[in-house]
Amino acid sequence: MTSVLIVFDRVDEQLTGAQAELLAHGTALGSEVVIVTGQLPANGAEPLAVSGITGVLTGETPIHAPDPALAELVQTAAGELQADLILGPDTPDTVDALARAAAALDTGLITGATGVTGSGAATKTVLAGTWRTTAQLSEGSPLIATLKSNTTSADLPAVAQAPEVVELPVSASGLVEILETTEVPSTGRPALTEASTVVAAGRGVDGDLSLVEELADELGAALGASREVTDAGWMDHSAQIGQTGVTVSPQLYISVGISGAVQQKAGMQTSERIVAINKDEDAPVFEITDFGVVGDLNHVLPQLISEIRKRR
Amino acid sequence: MPGSLHILTLVKWVPDAQLERTIGEDRRVERTEGVLGELDEYPIEAALQIREALEKSAPETTVRVTALIMGPDGASTALKKALQIGADEGFHLDDEQLAAADIYATSAALAGAITHIHKNHDADSQLLVLTGMASEDGESGAVPAQLAQRLGGLAALTQATSLTVESDRVVVDRVSGNTRQKVAAGLPAVVSVTDQANEPRYPNFKAIMKARKKPVTTLSLADLGLTAIAVQSKISLIAAEPRPEREAGQIIHDDGTAGTQLADYLEKEGLL
Repeated sequence: MTSVLIVFDRVDEQLTGAQAELLAHGTALGSEVVIVTGQLPANGAEPLAVSGITGVLTGETPIHAPDPALAELVQTAAGELQADLILGPDTPDTVDALARAAAALDTGLITGATGVTGSGAATKTVLAGTWRTTAQLSEGSPLIATLKSNTTSADLPAVAQAPEVVELPVSASGLVEILETTEVPSTGRPALTEASTVVAAGRGVDGDLSLVEELADELGAALGASREVTDAGWMDHSAQIGQTGVTVSPQLYISVGISGAVQQKAGMQTSERIVAINKDEDAPVFEITDFGVVGDLNHVLPQLISEIRKRR
Repeated sequence: MPGSLHILTLVKWVPDAQLERTIGEDRRVERTEGVLGELDEYPIEAALQIREALEKSAPETTVRVTALIMGPDGASTALKKALQIGADEGFHLDDEQLAAADIYATSAALAGAITHIHKNHDADSQLLVLTGMASEDGESGAVPAQLAQRLGGLAALTQATSLTVESDRVVVDRVSGNTRQKVAAGLPAVVSVTDQANEPRYPNFKAIMKARKKPVTTLSLADLGLTAIAVQSKISLIAAEPRPEREAGQIIHDDGTAGTQLADYLEKEGLL
């Protein structure tokens, strides 16, 4: 019997795509799959009412990242359940909690995995997506790993009954004080790291996002940007794709007006399909595109958008 | 804040990300063209800005900025760069046992080095450990929190987009899921600093000359009182292969129908 713990720093009323994927990874590997979370929403464990989930563990009080008590909760849960495998999404708050838990449990951590086996091995791409590696836990137990989005299909059948919630004797620590919290305004578009289609804008859009936004919405895509665009303030920094920003690996990546320097490529070259529109035929992005258009985005995009509308 | 503050920055010698990077037969990243990680310039700049701010607001406070690097002999070039940017003093943890260290081994060795440096050099000062948001080769971003855990369960405020030191605590802006947080923790603490936090200064000739005279101490695991067992990696790489190079596909020049042709392509590939 394989016991799997899945760690979410928080659960909201609707699971994120990344969280749904983790449940799919976990239930494929474990006969017992337990969720550990710092906080549950008003409707309790209802968002976790999917097939194959054994139960939910929380603390006695809500625990907000970056409180180290989240790691203590994971450590306690791992001890109670003799977990063989601890998984979480590859987000900074979960990486932090699992990194601490790994030190406390004297075991190994693999971050950013694309797949995990029941025998303590994980695959991942490294060096900005240019190498594929397999890493193995050689010492200690359990294996702790964070998994990237878009690494499995997310759809698990829902069940009528929400899983049972048990509180462990761990509460918020007071080691960090959260002075202010503001919601990042929702764009209504999918999260960049989770989207199956990404439209990315570069300097070529010259401050005008209307066409790339229209294309993204037509495709149900997330909107990203090159560093030039976020540095210019045309889009929020959280939208930056590249070496120092977000790494995306969608089924379809549409690059608009981005030259595609090394820094940018590092964030998108593991995408399944890459399409690019750029007016400069020597733009480096064309070296790695499956379909490239040398042309003016202000002519190409309106035609593309209207053609997509016609065909759907 | 009266007294003294020691801001210890962690830096790393990494293969130049602008060049092709490879993993050798020994399954280790080749480091011949190593540089100071670009992301490690931000914590150094953050440390210098904290010192400059405290010189104005709390002139009685002395602030010392040091840089600690872990790596083989060649890593000294990256440490030198950290001193040129503005760290006062360098520490180089250089030990063969640390080759191919994973997250677990790295944080164990760094925790040992930080404890040693603080105890032997300025035990009375407050300690703030700053790191980059991730190393450019390992890219895990997991070492800061694990290090904080090992340094006696300190707070780790990671992915800071800005930070300030106010009396005996550090205040950080960061993103947590879909919220922005302003969070505070008492010192000592560990903070990882993103590339949004500042614009690192470029060392001028004067700074480069000055850096030549700055002290560098080389440390081994034995100096820290650590055995090889204590820094043994838990994770080993068992296979590594280059991802097949992407090849350029079809490129068309817009003749007035490129939008339609692109839609044709997407439809044919089942991407609409």
